[in-house]
Amino acid sequence: MSISKQAEQIREISGVNPYKCMKCGKCSASCPSFNEMDIKPHQFVSYVLNDDIESLVNSKSLWKCLSCFACIERCPRDVKPGKLIDAARQLVVRQRGEAYLTPDEIPELLDPDLPQQLLVSAFRRYRR
Amino acid sequence: MSITANEEFKPKIVAFCCNWCSYAGADLAGSSRLVYPADVKIIRVPCSCRVNPMFILHAFEKGADGVILCGCHPGDCHYSTGNYYARRRMALLFSMLDYIGVEHGRTRVEWVSAAEGVKFSQTMNEFVAKITSLGKNVRLEDLRCRK
Amino acid sequence: MQRIGVFVCHCGSNIAATVDVKKVVEMVSHEPGVVHAEDYQYMCSEVGQAKIIEAIREKHLTGLVVCSCSPRMHETTFRKTAERAGLNPYMVEIANIREHCSWIHKNMEEATEKAVILARAAIAKVNLDAPLFPGESRVTKRALVIGGGIAGIQTALDIADAGYEVDIVEKTPSIGGRMSQLDKTFPTLDCSACILTPKMVEASANEKIHLYTYSEVEKVSGFVGDFTVDIRKKARSVDMSKCTGCGVCQEKCPSRKTPSEFNRGLNTRSAIYTPFAQAIPNVPVIDREACIKFKTGKCGLCQKVCQAGAIDYEQKDEIVTEKYGAIVVATGFDTIKLDKYDEYAYSQSKDVITSLELERIMNAAGPTKGHLERLSDGKHPKNMVFIQCVGSRCSDKRGKSYCSKICCMYTAKHAMLIRDKYPDVNVTVFYIDVRTPGKNFDEFYRRAVEDYGVNYIKGQVGKVMPQPNGQLLVQGVDLLDNKQILMEADMVVLATAIEPNADVRRIATMLTASIDTNNFLTEAHAKLRPVESPTAGVFLSGVCQGPKDIPETVAQAGAAAVKAIGLLAKDKLMTNPCTAKSDELLCNGCSQCANVCPYGAISYETKLINDHGIREDRRVAVVNSALCQGCGACTVTCPSGAMDLQGFANRQILAEVDAICR
Repeated sequence: MSISKQAEQIREISGVNPYKCMKCGKCSASCPSFNEMDIKPHQFVSYVLNDDIESLVNSKSLWKCLSCFACIERCPRDVKPGKLIDAARQLVVRQRGEAYLTPDEIPELLDPDLPQQLLVSAFRRYRR
Repeated sequence: MSITANEEFKPKIVAFCCNWCSYAGADLAGSSRLVYPADVKIIRVPCSCRVNPMFILHAFEKGADGVILCGCHPGDCHYSTGNYYARRRMALLFSMLDYIGVEHGRTRVEWVSAAEGVKFSQTMNEFVAKITSLGKNVRLEDLRCRK
Repeated sequence: MQRIGVFVCHCGSNIAATVDVKKVVEMVSHEPGVVHAEDYQYMCSEVGQAKIIEAIREKHLTGLVVCSCSPRMHETTFRKTAERAGLNPYMVEIANIREHCSWIHKNMEEATEKAVILARAAIAKVNLDAPLFPGESRVTKRALVIGGGIAGIQTALDIADAGYEVDIVEKTPSIGGRMSQLDKTFPTLDCSACILTPKMVEASANEKIHLYTYSEVEKVSGFVGDFTVDIRKKARSVDMSKCTGCGVCQEKCPSRKTPSEFNRGLNTRSAIYTPFAQAIPNVPVIDREACIKFKTGKCGLCQKVCQAGAIDYEQKDEIVTEKYGAIVVATGFDTIKLDKYDEYAYSQSKDVITSLELERIMNAAGPTKGHLERLSDGKHPKNMVFIQCVGSRCSDKRGKSYCSKICCMYTAKHAMLIRDKYPDVNVTVFYIDVRTPGKNFDEFYRRAVEDYGVNYIKGQVGKVMPQPNGQLLVQGVDLLDNKQILMEADMVVLATAIEPNADVRRIATMLTASIDTNNFLTEAHAKLRPVESPTAGVFLSGVCQGPKDIPETVAQAGAAAVKAIGLLAKDKLMTNPCTAKSDELLCNGCSQCANVCPYGAISYETKLINDHGIREDRRVAVVNSALCQGCGACTVTCPSGAMDLQGFANRQILAEVDAICR
């Protein structure tokens, strides 16, 4: 099966082999934003495998994922859907040629209720 | 002597495999169709401790570019202790090869069990890649042996 | 000079598809010593073998090279072929051009070239082959079975049935194993104890079977037909010959806080105990770590109440040495530890249990007397959730990569039994796949769904959250409805992965039997020799070889028994003639070889040696070929090069190296 450049990129960025997925759904079972998502975590893999990256990058899920790592932590097959969605986000960010946030913007958004992990992942992702 | 990138270099690689674990592991790699380069030729020995360091030096002398010794995992030797002897002997041989300036990586010891076809094939792929990057063995080859 | 015949097998298209067989024949026919070369579709077939025999007779061949599959497959076949034609069977070498060549290479030219090189190496080796003659060794007509579970019991019964003596070594105080802990068995829902106990009684009553309970294998030496095994009989502190099994000591014992191993730690037992009521032998042991007498020196109550005077605090571990012809490993399994799966809250709530624990709860002799109740507050549950594949099919570091095989069926069994006994309990099963291959297995699972109304949900549970009110909140997913599920449960049952018993690694090392990355013992051939270990004389029974249910375990136990009987029925065994041999002229008697020999096969003699006319007494190494197993450790150690291994001689291996590097 030949895959598009985008799907290839997602696999490269995430370092995930989607073929390892055994469709157990533990990712979706663990996901705290499940109900906010249009494409559910366990479906990410099939979107990558079916080469439908377009739908993935246009989905709400892309920006609803909290990067809480629950799916990454619990996936029994090392497929880690969180990494896939993170890679898809990277893809969008890279395509647009700029980060969604600049580090200077972050303090304005600081909210005492914001989960600490979110900040950590935001810093990690957007630091230049 | 250096090998230019476009010149295709086909290394000669000798693999000594013990009959009980690694040879069976190689068989499993075969029956699972796990591809590794044809440059690897396997010699069956009863145990890794049967491999005299002299065999390895002899192989280099005759123009082998890499030699790999595979045995059972420590503790799993069919003859109880054979691979421990092999491990010590190879440690000595490696330090000697180091002393005389043979590159690291031309020789390798790997423990492969009968159930590890995947590991066997991976090891061989890695080893061939390593030897290919090292290029031809010139330091130990006895040029008189060349035909 | 040898007269060598080379026979190249097509193996249908297995070899011929990637190796140009005709070219191999053409290339090797010019090799030194080769007087005959031909190819055939299937060399191992009757016709193929007839061709070999004909060539041996007509061309007066003295050596054979068969280019075919792995020697582990057909070396014996072709050796027998050679023997039938009057050639010494050890004049045959196999060039493995299937597993090591045609199956792993795609390019025909490359594969053909490699096949030729492998054939040349084999030819070079045959050129230096010498006829070898196997010796004979005797067979001790007694078998050892390690492990006294259903696998071990069945194997022992079958071997004893054939008239041979069998010893069972069991490390716990009673035989019975895992099966004795089960309540019911699928797919017929027989009571486990009801079908197991008669077997246990039969084993203990059989005069050919000797039980070593509360004992462990300490040391194994020797080889097929003649193993010597040290068995440690741990101090029971109770005299087996005096004890009547009345049980008064257990009632009176004041130390009662030790978690019961048999009940998976769900309740406690006394320090002097038999694991369960039907234990065989029905003789208690004193757990010296829990016993007050052993800890403080004050107590001795059991001794006072014992009418038979069987309590003996002075008893010591005893080592028994026995000889065996065959050893069967039946060490069984345990469930994995769940400390890496904290999302299921196993360590946080008493109401999250493993299936084996549920088995004890459901059992009338168990900690709750068979009543289904929550262990935290004793309340009857209303909602139960079963989670499948906990630790199985995990390719990450936390669990096991394999399918534990039995969980789908026992979960269906549990769900069905609960719905049957307590129709008010709602049972939900979260599954990834339901795997029910087996006679009447799928029907059984469907009954759980159709007749008993068990709710099967395709999806996994992400986490279990204990609530302050004692309930368990289960967050899972229904993949078919694409919905996340949040439900309350009173009890959660985890279908925990099984793994080989922790002792198996130690035992495999002692037996020099191979073991795979999951600690399952490796079989000699995955399909054709499934109950034999690659180590001759060692057989595999039950889950120590791979996950199995009870019917399969019993079947395999019988198969292992047959293989062991086949060995014990022989009076003599042919020994491997590929043994070490010392050249007396070169030997300087330094003793290096004896130091490395794992079998003690090398001794020293003073012999009159005629060294090129000089006659003198010299101390030289002598190899006992009956003990030598042919590892070759001595050959490399020998500083004077006197020691060599027949069949894998220095010159032969060097010739192979030369042929490959040519």
